[in-house]
Amino acid sequence: MPLVEFRDVGYRVDGKTILSRLSFSVEAGETLVLLGRSGSGKTTALKMANGLLFPTSGEVLIEGRSTAEWNPIRLKRRIGYVIQEVGLFPHFTVAENIGLVPKLEGWSRPDRERRVAELLEKMGLAPADFLQRYPRQLSGGQRQRVGVARALAADPALLLFDEPFGALDPVTRRELQLQFLELGRNFHKTAIFVTHDVSEALRLGSRVGLLVEGRLETIAAPAEFRRAQTEEARAFLASLED
Amino acid sequence: MPTDLANDLLELTGEHLVLVLISMAVAMVLGVPAGILLTRRAAPRKWLLGFASVVQTIPSLALFGFLIPIPFIGGIGPRTVIVALVLYALLPIMRNTFVGIAGVDAAVCESAIAMGMSDWQLLRLVQLPLAAQTILAGIRIATVATIGTATIAAAIGGGGLGVFIFRGVASVDSTQILAGAVPAALMALLADGGLGWIERRLAPA
Repeated sequence: MPLVEFRDVGYRVDGKTILSRLSFSVEAGETLVLLGRSGSGKTTALKMANGLLFPTSGEVLIEGRSTAEWNPIRLKRRIGYVIQEVGLFPHFTVAENIGLVPKLEGWSRPDRERRVAELLEKMGLAPADFLQRYPRQLSGGQRQRVGVARALAADPALLLFDEPFGALDPVTRRELQLQFLELGRNFHKTAIFVTHDVSEALRLGSRVGLLVEGRLETIAAPAEFRRAQTEEARAFLASLED
Repeated sequence: MPTDLANDLLELTGEHLVLVLISMAVAMVLGVPAGILLTRRAAPRKWLLGFASVVQTIPSLALFGFLIPIPFIGGIGPRTVIVALVLYALLPIMRNTFVGIAGVDAAVCESAIAMGMSDWQLLRLVQLPLAAQTILAGIRIATVATIGTATIAAAIGGGGLGVFIFRGVASVDSTQILAGAVPAALMALLADGGLGWIERRLAPA
């Protein structure tokens, strides 16, 4: 059973079609990258995986159960979510930010502290230096690392990334991409990753899905995607050559 | 200073303070939840903020006059005054609560929801702490205005420092007017300073 399955998903709002007939599945351990231009519906699709949005037709299954049937809070707590703006809580320290979901889930304080320290180490941030800092005392790259650590905190089954590295400088972005790959190898995590950057998509994805005006145009492993002949795929691939 | 003036001053300042404290307590208990409600429900937003704005435009003496004939809440005395003061204080408190919460970074709220916070957790752990400064600014503005408006209470037998002012106006005695106006002004300054200090301490870390 795939971990995530989109079945003929459509989304219309105010008479406008955002997604139509979207079907794909994500197997445990793989990283599916949804690639597309702004407004192609990729963020909308991502938000359907953890029940921030619900399809207006079709259904999204997580672990075989429709998101409409899941308890909305239970579903979200099983899924880590990272967005471009990071959305760290400005009034919480780094430790409180990362430890939040474990706290909501009722972990004991020593368990939480151990987990937070472990995650900071993994993200390459020395716990002693960072635990007590506030988000405003971090650089953009550090903030995004803390955002990823926060998403990993309660050991979620699935991770969702919405252009997490889009606002970073190219050097930091590359560092975080490499770290992301390492995390994938070490934890065998399942992820859906949204981006408009084709090189990022090819680097990070075990498969790449190309969204065009709310439809899934191509979905293929990176090597195969590079050979795709559709107009939109070629337009994206052309940007690699510049 | 003659002792009876000193005694009056103490007593009327006390009355004034009680009027302000009760009115502000009631206005906060009603205004903060009302402001929160406005962030959750779009429908009452217009008419609730509209109602509070209209109340603000009614001159205080006229509002006291309107309230006197109303059964239960009206009549002569401090109760009517408190009702009027609460009505005036509601707008700044309600509006600042609404604006403060609505102004919390949307990405932060979305993260909170996506992490599986309930609406109550979102409010208590994220929105209220981040809006605290703005909410308190509304309370401060309302308190300062209430201290001033409460001087009109004496016109309908509500007591307070306005008693001096009305007495002084009636007898063309500026000592009496000052005996009412100066303590009221000092009270307002103290409230402004004290609440302003707390407000700055609440600045998000």
